[in-house]
Amino acid sequence: MASQDHSQVLRNPGFQELVRQRARFAWTLTIAMLVIYFGFILLVAFAKPLLATKIGDGVTSFGIILGLGVIVSAFVLTGIYVQRANSRFDELTRRLKRELI
Amino acid sequence: MSRMLIIATAALVALDATLSAVLAAGPDLGTVQRQPLNWTAIIMFLAFVLGTLGITYRAAAQTKSAADFYAAGGGITGFQNGLAIAGDYMSAASFLGISGLVFASGFDGLIYSIGFLVGWPIVLFLIAERLRNLGKFTFSDVASFRLDQTQIRILSAVGTLVVVAFYLIAQMVGAGKLIELLFGLDYLYAVIIVGVLMIVYVAFGGMKATTWVQIIKACLLLAGATLMSLIVLWRFGFSPEAMFAEAVKIHPRGDAIMAPGALVADPVSAISLGLALMFGTAGLPHILMRFFTVSDAQAARKSVFYATGFIAYFYILTFIIGFGAITFLMNDPNFFKLGAGGAYDKVRDILGGTNMAAIHLATATGGSLFLGFISAVAFATILAVVAGLTLSGASAVSHDLYAEVIARGRVSEQKEVRISKISAIAIGIVAIILGYVFENQNVAFMVGLAFAVAASCNFPVLLMSVLWKGTTTRGALIGGLLGLVSAVAMVVLSKAVWVQTFGFARELFPYDNPAIFSMPIAFLGIWAISKFDASSRAKAEIASFDAQYIRSETGIGAAAAHAH
Repeated sequence: MASQDHSQVLRNPGFQELVRQRARFAWTLTIAMLVIYFGFILLVAFAKPLLATKIGDGVTSFGIILGLGVIVSAFVLTGIYVQRANSRFDELTRRLKRELI
Repeated sequence: MSRMLIIATAALVALDATLSAVLAAGPDLGTVQRQPLNWTAIIMFLAFVLGTLGITYRAAAQTKSAADFYAAGGGITGFQNGLAIAGDYMSAASFLGISGLVFASGFDGLIYSIGFLVGWPIVLFLIAERLRNLGKFTFSDVASFRLDQTQIRILSAVGTLVVVAFYLIAQMVGAGKLIELLFGLDYLYAVIIVGVLMIVYVAFGGMKATTWVQIIKACLLLAGATLMSLIVLWRFGFSPEAMFAEAVKIHPRGDAIMAPGALVADPVSAISLGLALMFGTAGLPHILMRFFTVSDAQAARKSVFYATGFIAYFYILTFIIGFGAITFLMNDPNFFKLGAGGAYDKVRDILGGTNMAAIHLATATGGSLFLGFISAVAFATILAVVAGLTLSGASAVSHDLYAEVIARGRVSEQKEVRISKISAIAIGIVAIILGYVFENQNVAFMVGLAFAVAASCNFPVLLMSVLWKGTTTRGALIGGLLGLVSAVAMVVLSKAVWVQTFGFARELFPYDNPAIFSMPIAFLGIWAISKFDASSRAKAEIASFDAQYIRSETGIGAAAAHAH
């Protein structure tokens, strides 16, 4: 009986829509974070002169801007996820719960 | 003396094996001098202790059920939990260690802070909401949701206790050294004070007190670091470029501090360390436990967002503080151990070692009052972090091992909470003893090991049991054990332990961090063993994935932590 309930939920288009959309979004952002971070580490390992390049006439290097950029990107990515989850995914979940319960 | 000092420095930083190796590889870093009793710092610290004990007293009166004790009754808001998570993460090691690393080598310090930060988005995207939807008090609840309670709980409790033990020893030794330096207290007394206070917070106030101690400390630390950074930037008319220009002029390594240096020489070690930092965060039991203190998945999600913001902000501050220390301190002989004719090395001769850069900067920017404040905050930071670790270890013993494995779920809530309090006291006493025993040992590799085990055992078991339908008990158990054993073995055979601790001539494992090997071993192990598991139990476990899947994705049927 319980397993019938489960297969019903699994076949529910609302459930499928929620899971599909969220999984795609979460994995896209995960991959973005991995690419940004390990890209940075690889630059540090293999492209030291590039990171040492100066911005304009100052002493601030490209590496520092990039490093701070990675820090900010981590925060921005979480912000993007929360924004989308609060609006879209929570709405889909609410709708699904109303339908099921 | 020089050896003791290197150990002291390494212990203090206690961030990870590579970092300590960098520091330990350098010659004499200065002299460990016990400071005269610092009364401003002691009075401010006493104020913190009295305030938090008051909170503990109130929390103790409200802590009745197991849900209160383990999860603060689920009554923490997303914003508060974000601060508490950030507090768990902003240890004295990251405050003093990273600003000290920036002081010594500039840009390289940034590489570390980035590694510690980027795990958070991953926690948010893959772990946080599912954890809240499936679990009750510990992450073992989640990993054993549809798998064999006994075996998986033992595995994750062992994973928890290993991580907690190594992390705790590193923190205790670091705390003792730091307090000896800052307050002029004897090492043994320092360790005992930390141990006794953490027992009081955890045993009496449970998660509620532990969380509020963490929140208050996070606010104090953020306020102190912000003020220090503002004073530094104010001197340069709020122009970072002017600050960098001055630092390049003053620093003995000159323009090299603006670019990557020797820290990431070997790409394999760098990526391995990156993996351990990134995914270890998602397997640290005292952090995962915080997701059960909020009301639902939405609040869990918000708490990671706030935590990431606070931590990112904090790491940017440590970067400014490190550069501020270069510009404020390096030309002032008062902060250095002077050699013949008043000559000194601008990095190595700083009093107390490079980890003291932020502390000296407090004196340089705000006099002895500010020094007292920052010292007290550093002490409070250690205290809050060890309290969180102790609670997490105690929960693994009482909730996972005792209630679910030994008593098979037939135990009253009161008894379970009592066992947890006794465990907290026992863990505290053991931590004091180990802190004393390891005083003069190199413990810096222990935090690296804690992250490596978290990334190679806890994280793979958790992720696979939640995301992959085919995971079976046998697969999770053997894969998780392989990850755990291989991570520990590779660390033991690496230079930090095999050569520097055991004194063998050559290391048997060439890299500082094992994660690049031990993580794939764990994931492949779980996958392969599960695939070959044709037992009837495995079939039942795979069949019961659907129920878990629906609940993890929607929260339908999720346990409310505040249910009494």
